Amino acid sequence: MAELIIPSLLETLYMVLFSTIFSLLIGFPLGILLVITESNNIWEKPLLNKILNSIINVLRSFPFIILMIIVFPISNLIVGKSIGTTATIVPLSISAAPFVARIIEGSLKEVDKGVIELSLSMGATVPQIIFKVLIPEAMPSLILGITITIINLIGYSAMAGAIGGGGLGNLAIRYGLYRFQTDVMIVSVIVIIILVQGVQYLGNKMSAIVDKK
Amino acid sequence: MISIENLSKSFESGNNKIWAVKDVNLHINKGEIFGIIGLSGAGKSTLIRCLNRLEEPSSGKITMDGVDITSLDKKGLRLMRKNIGMIFQHFNLLSQKTVYENIAFPLELERLSKNEIKTKVDTLLDYVELTDKKDAYPSQLSGGQKQRVAIARSLANNPKILLSDEGTSALDPQTTKSILELLNRIRKEFDLTIVLITHQMEVVKDICDRVAIIEDGKIIEMNTVEELFRNPQTKTANTFISGLKFNIEQEFIKPEEFKGTLIRLSFLGSSAKKPIVSEMIKKFDININILSGNINELMSTSVGYLILELLGDEIEVKDAINYLKNQNVNVEVI
Repeated sequence: MAELIIPSLLETLYMVLFSTIFSLLIGFPLGILLVITESNNIWEKPLLNKILNSIINVLRSFPFIILMIIVFPISNLIVGKSIGTTATIVPLSISAAPFVARIIEGSLKEVDKGVIELSLSMGATVPQIIFKVLIPEAMPSLILGITITIINLIGYSAMAGAIGGGGLGNLAIRYGLYRFQTDVMIVSVIVIIILVQGVQYLGNKMSAIVDKK
Repeated sequence: MISIENLSKSFESGNNKIWAVKDVNLHINKGEIFGIIGLSGAGKSTLIRCLNRLEEPSSGKITMDGVDITSLDKKGLRLMRKNIGMIFQHFNLLSQKTVYENIAFPLELERLSKNEIKTKVDTLLDYVELTDKKDAYPSQLSGGQKQRVAIARSLANNPKILLSDEGTSALDPQTTKSILELLNRIRKEFDLTIVLITHQMEVVKDICDRVAIIEDGKIIEMNTVEELFRNPQTKTANTFISGLKFNIEQEFIKPEEFKGTLIRLSFLGSSAKKPIVSEMIKKFDININILSGNINELMSTSVGYLILELLGDEIEVKDAINYLKNQNVNVEVI
C-alpha cells in the first residue's frame, strides 16, 4: 500500500506547492489592484477595476474540470505536454489565481481605513502604503487566506486526477473506482483528510503567532 | 500661518448637492492653538481634512506659510503633508507594529538610516514618557498611551502644523486633560501651530487661544476663547458654553419666582478681582441676593458668572445695572 500512497502523496504535494506559488504570483497582485483601484481608494481607476472584476468573475465561473480541458493547449505550450502531474500545475494555477485575488482582496479590505488615511496624511506613496501598511496590517488574515487557497488546491488537485493529473486523487480513482480496490481509495482519502487538517492547523497557528492585534 | 479663503466642499448625493463646508474664511496665526467646535455633522471634520487635502475642497483657497495648498500637484502635496502632522480620534496606530515601529514609520517613509531613526524615535519616546512601552503593541496600551504614541509619531517629521481631528474625543476626562497638557507643551517646544476640531467645549476652554464655531458648514462665530465665554453672540455658542456655566441656573432658577430683577454678570480675570458687587451695594440703595456663581479657568485667564437678584426701588436698580455695565462686566437681565 505504502508504495502506492507515498509517490502519489509526493505528486500531490508537488502539484499543490507549485500551483500555490504560481497562483499567488498571479493572484496576489490582482488582489492588490482590485483594492487600490476601487473608487475612494489610494489609486482610483474605476475602469480598470471594472475590467479586472469582470475577468475574475468569468474565470471563477468555469467549473474546474472544464477549465482544465480548455487550458490543455496552454499547458502543452508551457510544459510541453497536456496531461500528467506537471502539466496539471498550469490549470490548477490558472483556476486558483482568481480565487486568490478575491481572498487577498477580502483580507486587504479588512485593513482599517484610518491607518491608510494616516499614511496619506504623512505623505506616503502608493507603493509605500501597499508594502508598509496594507500587507503588514493584513498579514494574519492573508495567512488564513493562503491556507484556504492551499486547501482548495488540494481538493482541485484530487479532481485533476480524474483527467490525467497525478497524485492521490488519481490514485483513488484508478484503484478505487476502476479496479474496485476500495481500501486504496479509503487510504487515499484519509491521507487527503490528514493533509487538509494539517495545513489548516498550521495556517491557524501561524496567523495567531503573527497577529498582534 | 494658515489662511483659508472662501473654502467650500460639497458632496453629491443622488441629485442633491450637500454642502459640508460653505464659504469658510479663517486666518490662523503662527504658534496659536485654534479650535473649531461644532456638533456632529456640522462639517468640522470635513473642514480640517481639507487643510491637508485628505478631503479635496470643491472651491476656495488654502495657503500655509505662503504655499497655496489647493494648487499643489500630487507630488507637491505629498511633500507638503510631511510638514503637517495629524492625530485622529481613533489614534490610527498600525496594529501589527510596536510602539517603536509606529513612531519610526514616518521616518522609514523618508528612508532615513536605522541609526538616525533610532536616535529620533528614542528622543520622542522619552518626550511622551513611553520609553518603557517601546516594544509593546498598540493592543496592549490604554487610550491615552495610544494617543501619546500617535502624537510622537506626528512629531517625527518636525512638522510646523499639527491637526487634531477629535484627538481627545475617545478619551476619558482625566486622560483628555493629560493629552491637552501634552499638546500645549509641544506647541511651545516644537514651535507648532495647532488646529483642532472638537465637540467638547472643555477642550476649547482648556487649551485654545481662539475658537470658531461651525454650524451647517458655516463659521457662525469666531473669537478669542475669553471673549466667547464672556459674551457669546449666537445661540449655538451659548449652548456650548452653557454646558460649562449655568447648568444650575437654567434648571433651578425661574425668574418668575423672584420678586426682584435677576441679572447675570460675567466677567474676565481682571475685573473679577475688583469688589464690584460690594461697591454697588454701598453706592445704591438696594439689596442683593446671590443665587448662583461659577468661575471657569481658561487657558490664560478666568471667566466668572454670578447670578444676582436685585431688590429695591426700580430706579435704583436701573442705576445699579448701569453702574455695573460701566465696570467692564457683562450684564444681562434675565
